[in-house]
Amino acid sequence: MNIVIIGNGITGITCARNIRKLNSNASITVISEETEHFFSRTALMYIYMGHMKFEHTKPYEDWFWSKNRINLIKAYVKTLNTKDKILLFDNGKSIAYDKLIIASGSKPNKFGWPGENLNGVQGLYSIQDLEEMEKNTKNISSAVLVGGGLIGIEMAEMLHSRSIKVIMFVRENLYWRNVLPQSESQLIGKHIAGHGIDLRFNIELKEIISDDRNRVAGVITNTGETIECQFVGLTAGVKPNIEFLEKNEIETERGILINECFETSIPDVYAAGDCAQFRRPKSGEPAIEQLWYTGKMQAETLAKTICGDKSDYNRGIWFNSAKFFDIEYQTYGQVLPEINDQQKSFYWEHPNGKHAFRANYNNTDESILGFNFIGIRFRQIIAEEWIRERKTIGFVIQNLKKGWFDPEFSKAFYNDISHSYLQSLKFDFMNNKTLES
Amino acid sequence: MEDISLSIAPPSAGSPFQKAGATLTAFAILCSIIATFGPGKAHPLLFFFLIIGLFISGGIFYSIPYFKAKAGIKNNGIMQNALSSRGAVAWGIAILMTGFYIILYWFPYYLEGLIRTMDPLSIMLRGKISDQWFLYGAFYTLAILIMGMRFIAKYKYSRYHIIRTISVMFFQLGFAFLLPAFLLKLNQPEFYFSYFWPLKYSYLFPNDVDYLIQSGNLGVFMVFWGLVMTFIATPILTYNFGKRWYCSWVCGCGALAETLGDPYRQNSDKSLKAWKIERWMVHSVLVFIVLTTALLWLNSWKSGTILGDASGLFSQWYGFLIGAVFSGVIGTGFYPIMGSRVWCRFGCPMAAVLGLFQRFKSKFRITTNGGQCISCGNCSTYCEMGIDVRAYAQKGENIIRASCVGCGVCSSVCPRGVLNLENLAEEGRFDKYIRPEETNTDRI
Repeated sequence: MNIVIIGNGITGITCARNIRKLNSNASITVISEETEHFFSRTALMYIYMGHMKFEHTKPYEDWFWSKNRINLIKAYVKTLNTKDKILLFDNGKSIAYDKLIIASGSKPNKFGWPGENLNGVQGLYSIQDLEEMEKNTKNISSAVLVGGGLIGIEMAEMLHSRSIKVIMFVRENLYWRNVLPQSESQLIGKHIAGHGIDLRFNIELKEIISDDRNRVAGVITNTGETIECQFVGLTAGVKPNIEFLEKNEIETERGILINECFETSIPDVYAAGDCAQFRRPKSGEPAIEQLWYTGKMQAETLAKTICGDKSDYNRGIWFNSAKFFDIEYQTYGQVLPEINDQQKSFYWEHPNGKHAFRANYNNTDESILGFNFIGIRFRQIIAEEWIRERKTIGFVIQNLKKGWFDPEFSKAFYNDISHSYLQSLKFDFMNNKTLES
Repeated sequence: MEDISLSIAPPSAGSPFQKAGATLTAFAILCSIIATFGPGKAHPLLFFFLIIGLFISGGIFYSIPYFKAKAGIKNNGIMQNALSSRGAVAWGIAILMTGFYIILYWFPYYLEGLIRTMDPLSIMLRGKISDQWFLYGAFYTLAILIMGMRFIAKYKYSRYHIIRTISVMFFQLGFAFLLPAFLLKLNQPEFYFSYFWPLKYSYLFPNDVDYLIQSGNLGVFMVFWGLVMTFIATPILTYNFGKRWYCSWVCGCGALAETLGDPYRQNSDKSLKAWKIERWMVHSVLVFIVLTTALLWLNSWKSGTILGDASGLFSQWYGFLIGAVFSGVIGTGFYPIMGSRVWCRFGCPMAAVLGLFQRFKSKFRITTNGGQCISCGNCSTYCEMGIDVRAYAQKGENIIRASCVGCGVCSSVCPRGVLNLENLAEEGRFDKYIRPEETNTDRI
């Protein structure tokens, strides 16, 4: 069996590794135009900030690939001939496959803003983007970031580490409000602002203006304000990187359309990770999953299918994490930005504004639905177990200590949380009494 | 808006405090060199206060930006800084430190002027004039106290780091500097209660044991203490807490690595090859010292009839190669190039013993939190023992490695809260995290 994988990100590489684990005979080839070896994309920011060098971001030593007989090719796939099962590279060479996996990842969103292709305007996704950012931010003093998501905050932290003034446009009225409930949004927003980032809420980009050398000189907002800057970061999300499939018969929409087994519309061609779009996403789950974790989990399932054990993708209980400057965030299960009328929510926040906890639960049987932890580390295995077993909010609050994952000697907040929960019960009880009388 | 330059700007990026700190430290070194060439002998007290005062104030100034900055990881610019990333400055410091060790060990008479500046302190503490080892002990302790303060400032939000740093500072100052000096003043054997066989190998050599026992009740207690610590306390403490109870909480070598060596922790080699070399070397040293000790006792029991002088030669060579060259010259002198734990990782027989317990019989582990690792590499980069922490974390495996000294920095630098140092039940510590969805995927 001759397996060819396009893309050496977390999805492509996890596929290759897992296929090798399940099948010691298959020929496995991974193609990338970005780098020769797999590196951790999530660590790009740390290279810029000087925490690590590029070498440190490689999760495997260079000998790993030949030892595990995973062939690496650095080239750009120009055309894909699915009839004859051959890929053509831009360097004129080609490669045949029995099974093809497309894991080509994402690229930064651009929305047709005037001036979005000026020098000094860029997104951040690839190592090439990072190299460009290094050049674009040499000796500059101020930058504007368009979009306040996770890449936005990374870029803010990067620029801030070099004492570059950062103004960040946020479309919503609070930071990351399309994902976080209001209290968490406020807390994180305050923390970011405390680091000197100038957050501008309800502001969108209208136009990027240039100097006489085709370089960014500033931006104009939707409110008509002009802001001078020497760098613009486009951080309003990413989209599937599928341009190289344009003239191909593989069915695409926003991403490459796939079923639950990652099969595309063409036999023996599979797609997974950021570039893939589920035809029929499960209820409450997005059609395109653009996370490190989901890329890894998708790849693990796909590897089974490729090796003959046809498996459905089951993402399981949702989890994600992030870091906003010095505040860590972990979420498990379902915590929507607004609860619906079948849900209730309990929220606790430390007076210092650096730690918070939220538990959402069912209105009727009080079973737990999801958690937000801010400035608190919590065991994934415990959180998932409680959600899976539909434990009640009362049980969860009483047993928080079991899942506490903060370092030894650090001040634990589970007693504060439980105290605050009991207070809220008392408060509810009193309220009901008042209503009854 | 707050002052950007102080919040997370890289140390050494030109903060006036740090420039002042570096300047004062340079003056302290300059004064030491001047003292060495004679003036130290003529004006010991003046040079003593000059040197110590300049070192301390240099350290305080250097740490001020850390104290003033917001709590959080302070690793900005480390890879671009010549001091911390094996640049010209790093090589300069390595040569300076290596040179100091060589002169200290084999040509101490060149340090005469500097040694004399320590006379006032030595007479006060020990009741006798200074020698090269007192000078070394004083500088060593000073380095741990000053750089310990810097470490506490850098990790001021972590109580684990604050407490264990205070612990190493306390054991160095109290048990490895003041107490031995005080014992000497009382005409008792100069004994270090915080070092045990096989690190302080001579403590269980027949000569030392005989000498201690003959010196009186306190000496008998010292021998007893050494035996208890080596054979009873070490296994029990390591079973319950891992080898960290010693390596990053008590030991003086560890103390220097954690404080003076902290700026260089990222330079330890993480390759599989380095791990192989490490296992061969550190366990060979352990075998060497166990054999040497056994031979010495056998020889002493048979009154020298078995080997004659051969076992004495054995222990002399061990002292030269391991005690001096490895632990001193290479172990500390090469900090800026090979990372802060070269000796602990490749050469320390105590670390080897503790490591064997930790790997095979201990409750200690670094727990990986489920499937949360994003493979960024911060943990591996900042592991001073050269453990590729990420290799375990990204597979959902706990990190159980003989070499781990439990410094806790991997857990601190992890941006996703994936790692935690824990003493839990021994059972199941090697279990891997597997998503339940992985085990019962719907089959078609």
